[in-house]
Amino acid sequence: MAVVRAKGFSHYFGATQTLNKISIEINEGEILGIIGPAGSGKSTFLRALNRLNDLVPGSRVEGLLEVQGRDIYAPETSVVELRRKLGMVFATPVPLPRSIYENIAFGARLAGVRNKQQLDDLVEDSLVKTALWEEVKDRLEQSATKLSGGQQQRLCLARILALQPDFILLDEPSSGLDPVSTMKIEESLRQLKKDYTIVLVTNNTKQAARVTDRTAFFLTGELVEVGETGAMFTAPSDSRTNDYISGRFG
Amino acid sequence: MRLNPKKEQLIARAVLWAFTLFTVFILVFIILYVLKKGLPVLNSSFLTKNPENMGKAGGIFSPIIGTLALTSMAILIATPFGIGTAIFLTEYTAEGRLTRIIRFGSECLAGIPSIIFGLFGFILFVTKLGFGWSILSGGLTLAFMILPTIIRTGEEALRSVPQSFREVSFSMGGTKWQTVTRVVLPSALPGIATGVILSVGRSIGETAAVIFTAGSALRLPTSLFSSSRTMSVHFYILAREGISMPNAYGTAAVLIIAILAINFAAYYLMNRFIKRYS
Repeated sequence: MAVVRAKGFSHYFGATQTLNKISIEINEGEILGIIGPAGSGKSTFLRALNRLNDLVPGSRVEGLLEVQGRDIYAPETSVVELRRKLGMVFATPVPLPRSIYENIAFGARLAGVRNKQQLDDLVEDSLVKTALWEEVKDRLEQSATKLSGGQQQRLCLARILALQPDFILLDEPSSGLDPVSTMKIEESLRQLKKDYTIVLVTNNTKQAARVTDRTAFFLTGELVEVGETGAMFTAPSDSRTNDYISGRFG
Repeated sequence: MRLNPKKEQLIARAVLWAFTLFTVFILVFIILYVLKKGLPVLNSSFLTKNPENMGKAGGIFSPIIGTLALTSMAILIATPFGIGTAIFLTEYTAEGRLTRIIRFGSECLAGIPSIIFGLFGFILFVTKLGFGWSILSGGLTLAFMILPTIIRTGEEALRSVPQSFREVSFSMGGTKWQTVTRVVLPSALPGIATGVILSVGRSIGETAAVIFTAGSALRLPTSLFSSSRTMSVHFYILAREGISMPNAYGTAAVLIIAILAINFAAYYLMNRFIKRYS
């Protein structure tokens, strides 16, 4: 079932068009990979889904973008609720300068949860799901900024899970990580697929091939093609996709 | 011609060292000189007795209270207004004509000599609004004077908080207000506190603006409408009118010790805060 539906969706920063009439559907419980060279609009599309582009002055959209059947750019949309539903992990891990515990509990506290037991459970549950619990359970009060890069990124993932979202959006989550940390993140994603719909923007085509169910290829703001990852990587239907995944450019 | 790199390094090091040494020397000299002249008259009765005979005898209890009252009043008024303005300028408006005008205005305000603030406070608060020479008039005038410093340092502190922190907060469903109060302000607090501490120092040391607005009464102030002199004004009058140089130096010593103590305490607290939040 399609839980995200874009129809002729365009996006502009001021006079610059960054997305051109994107039409795509994302199905419930799948991992959709978005690949493409720098400046192809893949991050912009991801940030359009949780309306994070709104933070940039001059950001403007055209066309339709639906999440769970509702036009998210309609005036009556609650942006706060939308963003809680689509948790986002950024390219560089951004732990907030506070303890590990408080980082995970942050989203719940924003929503007004004060119950200590409830927060404790949420923190443990989220850390277990990202395989971080065993590593940090004895130092939850320690600053999150002292964790290693890979641990920080898994913390950011755990922080998102604590929001109890329906979607996880990842914006090149392993671009600054070593191979072992990358592997751990990918392993977590495979586990999480059971419960969440995941959109993974990556400029590592091999990563897309390893973890995604379907892949979309973006180029200069346009969706070139989208399809089953296996089929796309063996027999892409567009020659530009072929050039990109075989490493001829990008 | 190019110097031998080793020689260049040696000369640069020597010259920069000399400059630094000179600066530190002047600072230490002033502090030691004032303390040497002032410490001999310091004792518990100097701190706890009111001035007698125009300040020739007795202590400086009422000027200490006057200083405390004026400074706290100025800080209590200027801090919320200043931080509020800084938050508005950095978080709630896009950079544009309006912010440039406001910023330009506040910078001009920062460049105005304090005696002009004194005159302004005298005309507005003392005469027009009828507060008379009082702690209220003086505190309000000082608040205006330190406002630009608090706005400026506040703005810089807020701006130095990484944009990514805000993105994280927004992306997790934080509202603007939650983002500002829970993420941006805690991270900017050390910088904001620096501005407030600088302002405390300026208020304590200010003489010209205060003499016009708070007057120079020697009695212990009893309300916001009492006239009161601060330590700086007391020092100025004692020295200017040749009433008592030893007591003037005693006052100066107390002033310097107070400012040093405030700085040390503030930096200690700030370090503890930074440790907790990073």
